[in-house]
Amino acid sequence: MLVQAVLPMSGSDQGKGEDVLDAQDRARFEQLVLPHLDAACNLARWLLRSRADSQDVAQEAMLRAYRFFRGFHGGDARAWLLQIVRNTCYTWLEKNRPVELMTEFDEELHPQPSTSPEALAIAGDNRERLTRALETLPPRFREVLVLRELEGCSYKEIASITAIPIGTVMSALARARQRLQRALTHASPQEASREL
Amino acid sequence: MSCDFTRTVLHGYLDGELDATGAAEFERHLECCRECTTALGAEESLRSSLQRSGLYENAPIALRKKIRAGLDAATASSRGIRIPAWRLIAVAAAVLVVAGVSWFSWPGPAKDSASTAPFTVAEIIDAHVRSLQPGHLTDVASTDQHTVKPWFNGKLAFVPPVKDFADEGFPLVGGRLDVLGGQNVAALVYSRRKHIINVFVLPTRETDTPIHPPGLRQGYQWRHWRRQGMEYCAISDVSDSDLYELAQLMYQ
Repeated sequence: MLVQAVLPMSGSDQGKGEDVLDAQDRARFEQLVLPHLDAACNLARWLLRSRADSQDVAQEAMLRAYRFFRGFHGGDARAWLLQIVRNTCYTWLEKNRPVELMTEFDEELHPQPSTSPEALAIAGDNRERLTRALETLPPRFREVLVLRELEGCSYKEIASITAIPIGTVMSALARARQRLQRALTHASPQEASREL
Repeated sequence: MSCDFTRTVLHGYLDGELDATGAAEFERHLECCRECTTALGAEESLRSSLQRSGLYENAPIALRKKIRAGLDAATASSRGIRIPAWRLIAVAAAVLVVAGVSWFSWPGPAKDSASTAPFTVAEIIDAHVRSLQPGHLTDVASTDQHTVKPWFNGKLAFVPPVKDFADEGFPLVGGRLDVLGGQNVAALVYSRRKHIINVFVLPTRETDTPIHPPGLRQGYQWRHWRRQGMEYCAISDVSDSDLYELAQLMYQ
């Protein structure tokens, strides 16, 4: 399955007219949605792998969320916002870095022996290295890891944000974690020499 | 890697997403599968690295400011007009005086004080405490919304919306008639981990409001809001986050 197949904007985010919002909407938005700005920035930063771009995109997503706020009928405001952030990020990537989105999501990994917890603890102890390893993963793997491990989302929330069926969140995470372990413990020779 | 579990169930277990039976089964499996034991250790180590490394990206203050400005521009009433804070406070103070509200009355935010609630905080707390005395909690004790809602029929001049939120962790306990500010109101009773939450409902002509910030007195928290012609006040000794969760469920 190609990532591009799941890229279109969600229905609630497109097509419907934008409302003119009043002070009451504004107050409600401040209360329900704005507190999740950190979550928006975090997801955007990891999807775009760039702090500067992610702030522009987070801002765009937040204002877009506001314009469509009357379409939000309660529920999980963080998941609703992150869905919009994710859509905005993919649209941005499509436009600015289309090559990144061409990775196949269902790529089968060759089974490999589990890495020992000790080796991983050492490898993961280096923030730079951890960042680089995360950034080498395809976006679809990266986003489930970020949502689960940094944002603390439940499987249900991950499913609603990323539009993958809830039944496959667990296996997506399993594959993403395997990829990350591999990226961490099999640093490229170039990287290894830099660290010496 | 030969054990199928290392690539599937182990992750549900790690993430706390298995049900009790599934988790117990996997724990039994762990006792005899070295591969899963090692893999679980590795995943836990990876998780703690990810969470300890300060990878989370917070929004900078400058971005918050930019977004607030963007929201201002997209909001009808505030377009181009910025009301200084002192004026809001002055207006709020004037409204409080005119309304003749006692110091113990509704501590709503300034922007909403133009329409204070028709009852005082003291009355709400009294009603809540009274309900907790033996035999006072419910007039109709039922976890079924289809029993509680019709029960109010004919007893009140309005029909309160009644919904059970057992799936969300707030099972409906029942309903009760109560009196607040000289007015008959519906009291919906929910429970949250053995704590009782009273939600008072009465009709209003005022416009909708968001869920107001919490109030706290004598160890009780309350949340107040108006929605679709009804005035709501939820009060309890549960934490504010729990109370807010229920308020949001009812607000939908």
